Amino acid sequence: MAHAGVNNHLRTLRAERGWSQQDLAQLLEVSRQSVNAIETGRYDPSLPLAFKIAELFGCAIEDIFVSPSKG
Amino acid sequence: MRLQPEMKRYTRRLLVTMTLYAIALIGANMWFRHAPPSGPLAYLVAILPALPIMGVFVVIGRLLVEMRDEYVRMLLVRQSLIATGFALSVSTAWGFLEGFGLVEHTQGYWTTVLWFGGLGLGGCFNALTEWRTRA
Repeated sequence: MAHAGVNNHLRTLRAERGWSQQDLAQLLEVSRQSVNAIETGRYDPSLPLAFKIAELFGCAIEDIFVSPSKG
Repeated sequence: MRLQPEMKRYTRRLLVTMTLYAIALIGANMWFRHAPPSGPLAYLVAILPALPIMGVFVVIGRLLVEMRDEYVRMLLVRQSLIATGFALSVSTAWGFLEGFGLVEHTQGYWTTVLWFGGLGLGGCFNALTEWRTRA
């Protein structure tokens, strides 16, 4: 299914902390499959999950996810 | 890989419904073969094997409700939609073929069999999508 998801900096942020996709998945309580889908823009997370990601990295949602109108 | 609690519940529920299906199917067949019921009882006995199958749809619905991983839930929803589209399309086409006398009559429960087959197709579609965009 061709779906251009919202661009994000999740992979970079994760790499900066030396986390694997599995590590991040455990911290977010989702599957590694989900982390991969979000990182590759295949899936846009719900607002609650986006907040959870932002809180985990200690930044605002818009610091991780690029607004489609700006990206 | 550790199985999520909702998947454990799903597996357990599915095992129960499939066991009930086997019992109901064998029981109804034996009943009709050895002492055919009549009247309303016949309808009740005939429909018995269908009830656990209806239960399977409830079990799948419960899994969708209980699944905590939203991405995996989306995959299951997509898989179910593909299954539904496939089953309804084939059933509709078959219905017209049957209507024009080109094929023989087939029991309606084959739509359910098609739906489960469609779940397999949906699973293949999901796997292919995952594989194509693997990071």
